[in-house]
Amino acid sequence: MRVLTAIWEIFTNPAFYKLTLTAATPFIFASLGGVYSEITGVVNIALEGIMLMGAFVSIVFTAITGNPWIGVLFAIFVGLGMAWLHAWASIKWRGNQIVSGTALILLAQGVTGFLMEPIFGRPGQTDIVGKIPELRIPLLMKNRFLAQSIGELSPMIYIAFGCVALAWFIIYKTKLGLRMRAVGENPEAADTLGVNVYMIRYFGVLMSGIMASLGGAFLSVGEVGNFRELMTGGRGFIALAAMILGNWNPVGAMWASLLFGFSEAFANQLQSSPMLHVASSTKPLFNMFPFIVTLIVIAGFIGKTRPPAADGVPYEK
Amino acid sequence: MSSKLWAFVVPIVSVIIALLISSIVIVLIGQNPIVAYTALFRGAFGSKLAIASVVIKSTPLILTGLAVGFGFRAGLFNIGAEGQMVMGAMIGTAFAINVAWMPAVFAIPLTMVVGMIAGAGYAAIAGFLKAKTGAHEVVTTIMLNWIAEYLSSYVVTVPMGVGFGTPKSPEIANSTKLPPLITVQATELTSGIIVAIIAAIVIYIILEKTTKGYELKGTGFNPYAAEYGGIKISQNIVLAMAISGALAGLAGTLEVMGVHHRFLGTLSGGKGFDGISIALIGQNHPIGIIFAALLMGSLRTGSNEMQFAGVPKHIILIVQAIIIFLVAADRIVRTMFIRKKKVKVS
Repeated sequence: MRVLTAIWEIFTNPAFYKLTLTAATPFIFASLGGVYSEITGVVNIALEGIMLMGAFVSIVFTAITGNPWIGVLFAIFVGLGMAWLHAWASIKWRGNQIVSGTALILLAQGVTGFLMEPIFGRPGQTDIVGKIPELRIPLLMKNRFLAQSIGELSPMIYIAFGCVALAWFIIYKTKLGLRMRAVGENPEAADTLGVNVYMIRYFGVLMSGIMASLGGAFLSVGEVGNFRELMTGGRGFIALAAMILGNWNPVGAMWASLLFGFSEAFANQLQSSPMLHVASSTKPLFNMFPFIVTLIVIAGFIGKTRPPAADGVPYEK
Repeated sequence: MSSKLWAFVVPIVSVIIALLISSIVIVLIGQNPIVAYTALFRGAFGSKLAIASVVIKSTPLILTGLAVGFGFRAGLFNIGAEGQMVMGAMIGTAFAINVAWMPAVFAIPLTMVVGMIAGAGYAAIAGFLKAKTGAHEVVTTIMLNWIAEYLSSYVVTVPMGVGFGTPKSPEIANSTKLPPLITVQATELTSGIIVAIIAAIVIYIILEKTTKGYELKGTGFNPYAAEYGGIKISQNIVLAMAISGALAGLAGTLEVMGVHHRFLGTLSGGKGFDGISIALIGQNHPIGIIFAALLMGSLRTGSNEMQFAGVPKHIILIVQAIIIFLVAADRIVRTMFIRKKKVKVS
């Protein structure tokens, strides 16, 4: 009974919906990254690494310049650089895309850990160096529930939803998007019709770099204002699951990301609920929740979604 | 060059390039790479104790390398060796705590078997999902890794936890501790290394000398052709994941039986992920994997000494990343040689 009351309290608390949106935002950014890349036929599991690098670089440049937006800008540059490495290995050199992605994840873990001491003087985590201020929408502040749930949000959350609309428009409403999908489904046919398969694939992978680095930057300068080693904690992979569940469609990926954000926020709220008095030693069991949800969802839905036909297959002219 | 020669050249050249690029990184933070690499070498081979630690560190790495490499040969990317290792160690410990009455002749092999079954069962979940629904094993095993990590950090504090400070289980029964080969300055060189080498030989025999191994390789090489040839794909996927997981589980159990003598929450510490690098450097060949694991073990052991010299040991991760990247895109290395040849001719 106490559990039910606790759950009821969570659902009626407006702050819970803000937490859900906040938790979903990194997934939205990164899963869009996955969509851009895989729709052209390049599997990009490096999302996790690009996110980590984005989180780190944005904090470094926020510390240097004092402006978190400049931090985000540099995160995008570095994200593009890492995505270019992945594109170079998997498109130009036709390397194994999953192995190259794994290398980039390790690279991000190595570089961020390695630079902690030279830059911030200590390993582990940085001090709070500053975050992007929340955007207050006066119109929403009149109602208490709206004010506490969506009245004051990080502007990056709005950018994330803007990116969903933009991705949907690019992929389904432009010539470029048609070419991207053609290259992902049947590169030989697209090539015959004069589409530059390599260029389109580079574009897809580089876009995924921008998106994933934004997702990472949100985790640090968007949400908490500091960097912790390995702070992405598997979110890049959950984003991949969101992309699959969303059937490689930006809007679908957004809904799946909201579901995963919801399960993360729910697990966090439940373990800190004053109704339940969860001992700190039992909390790890709650942390398992989002991962179990993801696993069940992938297992249950995957047969019903379909990846691009040439996903993960290097193209040889 | 023949493909057999490439199998040696690509990893060796990749390791050299990785060390060169990393030395530039070391210069960038204002340190001397020669000093750093000397410290690395001394830390790994400078004393009997250092060499013993290299062997101790390499033992689980041989097994996680075999786990990932065996998966690769069967066309599966088992990125979940980390979680399988934790499950093997955890359930192996739960068994080993309770069998004090059993003589060591039975207790030691039985504990290993329990750990292997735990790892195999955990990996089989991902294999089953792949076979039944097509869920990619990379995503599912990553999820299983996190579940294993959180589950173990709960188990090691609440149901199994003893004492204060670092979460830990009680000590395992004496009859399940692996006898040390030799003792160097209170550090026991465990006989686990022998188990790991036997495992490598067994995997070699399975892959090269048995029909089942041939089937598994066929499934990995070309699933459509294999199915056409009458091989049951989904059965083989589950079996290959289970064998791979059993090796990772054994890695965890041996860490408990030979090194820590109890279960610790932080026991895996990235050894499962190291298995990926090791499998790739060893070109997925059991004997190559033994050498690659020794290389990685010495890098890891030596990196502590390097840390004292002022170079953060994360540099090892960067070295690893560059090696994997170059092995993934092995045409980069091949092209370097082909270009050089052309220059010589002209």
